[in-house]
Order: sequence, then structure tokens, then C-alpha cells
Amino acid sequence: MTVRKYLVLAGVVFSSSVGDPLLSYGMKQVGAVNLSHPLSLILAVLNPWVAIGIVFLLAFMACYLSALSWADLTYVLPATSIGYVLMVLIAKFALHEHVSLLRWLGVILISAGVGFVTQGPELTPPRKPKTRAATASSAVEP
Amino acid sequence: MSKLQVWGAIVAIVIVSTTGDLLLSRAMKQIGDLGELRHDRGLFTVVGRVLRSPSFLLGIFTMALGFFSLLTGLSWGDLSLIGPASASLTFVANAIAAKLLLHEHVDHRRWTAALLVAGGVALMAF
Repeated sequence: MTVRKYLVLAGVVFSSSVGDPLLSYGMKQVGAVNLSHPLSLILAVLNPWVAIGIVFLLAFMACYLSALSWADLTYVLPATSIGYVLMVLIAKFALHEHVSLLRWLGVILISAGVGFVTQGPELTPPRKPKTRAATASSAVEP
Repeated sequence: MSKLQVWGAIVAIVIVSTTGDLLLSRAMKQIGDLGELRHDRGLFTVVGRVLRSPSFLLGIFTMALGFFSLLTGLSWGDLSLIGPASASLTFVANAIAAKLLLHEHVDHRRWTAALLVAGGVALMAF
């Protein structure tokens, strides 16, 4: 793994961890959206928090797609789940929220999962095409 | 809404989200390393190739469908159940689907990671 690849994974984690709360905060200001009036959903984009949230969402998409271009899905998803841990740490130390014991256990499990997956290779090696000789010998084998 | 309907919505969210992830992953593997491509051919080539990929377009459509199924699910049940349950099951569903459909090498390490993360995300609801 190169530094660039670690930065892309960090970008996935950071952009989703920041973007989601921004969108949530902005949509709380906009108020309940009535799906029978889709224009109200479009006008929600004019809220500055929603607009910044969308910028982070686009950054997330760019980093996520980039990560998927050189790593397996079963590597990217667990590796970037560290965002859940960040969310709990922000809730505890920045927002001074109460974090239950079970949630701390969740943090430990996720951290262990991230640790496990990042120790292995990020990409499944491409399968070698069977040579004619190998195919012939395997056909002879009982 | 009945519990059956809520769990039906959760299953729908998991299936649609997993399909979207699989399609995006397939599209990106077909295109190749975006960083190297940008370095060699420039940003416009990267954007052009991504936007011309049918798997990518279908993946984005499926992701949007997943978002709306999540909204529908949230109008039927509690966020505290639907959020962690769908996120947690999606990790496991992705591992199974990536092994079967994308032929990724999901070894013991990756299974353990997927299950640990799925369990951890589920505990986030408490």
C-alpha cells in the first residue's frame, strides 16, 4: 500500500464522517420534506449546510470510486468502517454525549475488524489463464 | 407497520445497497486504477471513462434506489433499528456477494473482519 492509497481511504472516512452530519444538520433547518412537492427537495440544496454536505458527498464518491479501482470491495468496506469509531469519539469528546458500554464494545469490534482486514492484501490477484498443457494434464488426471 | 414489513424493508435495503456496491466495484475494476489513469491520461479521460461505463451508471441508479428504499423504510420503522440492522447486514451480504459474483478472494481474515464490523455496527444502536 502506498501513501496515496492510504490517503484515498482516509478521504472516504473523512468525507463521509463530515458530510453526513452536515446534511443532517442542514435538513433539520430545512424542515420536513413533502414528497408530493419535489421542488421543496430541490430548494433544500440552497441551504448552505446542505450545499457543503453535498460537496463532501461528491468528495466521498470520488474517493470511494478511486479506492474500488485498486482494492477489493471486501477490503474497502471494512477498512473504511473506522468512520463509525470516529463518530463515537466525536460524540464523546467533542459533543460530550453519553456513550454506552455496548457502543464502546462496538468500537472495539469495528477497530479489530479494521485491524484484521488491513493486515492482508488489498486486491485479489488476477486468476492465471490455464495453459493448454495444464488443461491437458488436468484432463488426464483421474 | 408490522414487524414483517419493517424487516422486509431492511432486506430490500440490504439487497439494493449490495447490488449498487457490486456494480460500482465491477465498473472500477474494468476501468483500472483511477489514480494511474489520471496521471497518464488526465482528469477528463478518467471522468469520461467512468461516465461511459454501463456498470457505473447502473450502480449509481441502484444506489439512488437504495437511498429511497432507506427513506421508505424509515417512514415505516425506527431509525435505531433500520440504520444499524441494514448497515450491519450489508457488510455480510457484500462479503458473500463479492466472493460469489466478483470472485474476490475472501479468506478467513476478511470473513472475520466483515463479521466483526457487522457486529460492531449493530452494537452502535445501543
